[in-house]
Amino acid sequence: MVDCVVPSALISIENLTLGYERHPAVHHLTLEIKAGVMMAIVGPNGAGKSTLLKALVGQLDPLSGSLRFNSFSREQIAYLPQQAVLDKGFPITVFEFVAMGLWRHRGAMAAISSSDRVSINRALERLGLQGFQSRQLGTLSGGQMQRVLFARLMVQDAELILLDEPFTGIDQQTTDYLIHLIEHWHAEGKTVLAVLHDLAQVKNHFPHALILSRKLIAYGETEQVLNSENLRRANQLNEAFDEHAEFCGHD
Amino acid sequence: MTDLLFTPFIEFAFMKRALLGCMIIAISAAPVGVLLMLRRMSLTGDAMAHAILPGAAIGYLVSGLSIGAMTLGGMLAGAVVVLFSALVSRLTAAAEEASLAAFYLISLAAGVLIISASGSQLDLLHILFGSALALDREALLFLTGISALTWLALALIYRPLVLECVDRVYLQTVSRLSPYAHFTFLILVVLNLVAGFNALGTLMSVGMMILPAAIAKFWFKRLDALMLAAIVIGCVASYVGLLLSFNFGWATGPTIIVVLGLCYLLSTLLGLQNGLLQRWIKPRHLSA
Repeated sequence: MVDCVVPSALISIENLTLGYERHPAVHHLTLEIKAGVMMAIVGPNGAGKSTLLKALVGQLDPLSGSLRFNSFSREQIAYLPQQAVLDKGFPITVFEFVAMGLWRHRGAMAAISSSDRVSINRALERLGLQGFQSRQLGTLSGGQMQRVLFARLMVQDAELILLDEPFTGIDQQTTDYLIHLIEHWHAEGKTVLAVLHDLAQVKNHFPHALILSRKLIAYGETEQVLNSENLRRANQLNEAFDEHAEFCGHD
Repeated sequence: MTDLLFTPFIEFAFMKRALLGCMIIAISAAPVGVLLMLRRMSLTGDAMAHAILPGAAIGYLVSGLSIGAMTLGGMLAGAVVVLFSALVSRLTAAAEEASLAAFYLISLAAGVLIISASGSQLDLLHILFGSALALDREALLFLTGISALTWLALALIYRPLVLECVDRVYLQTVSRLSPYAHFTFLILVVLNLVAGFNALGTLMSVGMMILPAAIAKFWFKRLDALMLAAIVIGCVASYVGLLLSFNFGWATGPTIIVVLGLCYLLSTLLGLQNGLLQRWIKPRHLSA
């Protein structure tokens, strides 16, 4: 567990409470995430896993506590939401959509260079989407769309990658390939946090894990964290908000 | 035949100016309409048209039938409604369409109250349906200015605007431009409606924005093609509408919009992109 708690943490979270309508979804979370880790976030439904990722990308303001990035800005995060809210009826091609991943490099105005085109095509090819360049977004299947989103993540080339249940609705072969891709990102020194439910997958591929159940249960090396006692504690979660709860006296 | 089709525009300067004015409006309002439609905000255009009406009416009350005063009034009323509804929806959990509905109704009611309290006889027909035939040189210059400004602003906010339509969460994670792009776009909608009401009237100007876009959607798939087609459709409808209104003595604004309306009905039937006929007569499918 000591492994993650080092001075050179990429993300420092202190006494962080996140929630909706004053009810905490994540309660008094304190932890540090080191640069370069490949960490799975596990926990039952309603444990606050997606909420934590939303707070990291700035989609949700903390109710209290702090969340700090060290020598790093929010714009450098690549984020794959659980269910990307996409307007697939908008007339845009797969190529144009993946090209959006260049925003950090090209911004609102700069033209896309020929080397950008090469990297977009390479990303599509690596995800088995060659020949899809001029397809409209609306004609893709769920699994194809998820691969297109991964292609955009590749093009984003971010230092911190947040994935919320990235393998939902994807066949085994593609899942294996995507895990391989994530391992490749990890090997390149990128930091990856992924919300996952398949514990076998976590044990086999993710060196670090974090168990969340509206509060922090444990985090550190996967072998030590994913034990039956921690998982039992996580599953005792009471999912419902208590409408008559007192104000929290923890602060 | 040539006489019938071209002579009115060659012989009469007011017809020439009317055609030019309507075309300038089409060039500017049609692409705005395409984006409005793709953002599923077509009815927002309609709400905005109602929101600017009282501003224009107050302008008329203050300085009579002056394009400058009415335009300024309309723009102010529209900008205030856009600003307040955007602020309320961004600062609270209220949906933008709900706050917009609230604010345009407040604006409309306030405008009507002011007019009724002043007890003045308003040339409402002019405000509601415009007078393309009365466009003078200054008005044309004003329309050209708004058109140029619209294209410049669209070029600047094009990427964030498209991104906000397709994947808003992504734009919000990579940039802080999202609210600015949205707000600028709504201001463009107001500007173009105000530009349109000089020629077409407040109630009809939204037609030049939405109908060409809605027609183009039945024929084209790509965004650039949609915008270009909407402009061409707006220009052709202006020409046909003006010709009909000249020959039959009909009000120009509504005639142009009715021409667009007929094109829309035809397109729903014949359109290559999900037109009714195409759904009935299923074309042969490919092998792979």
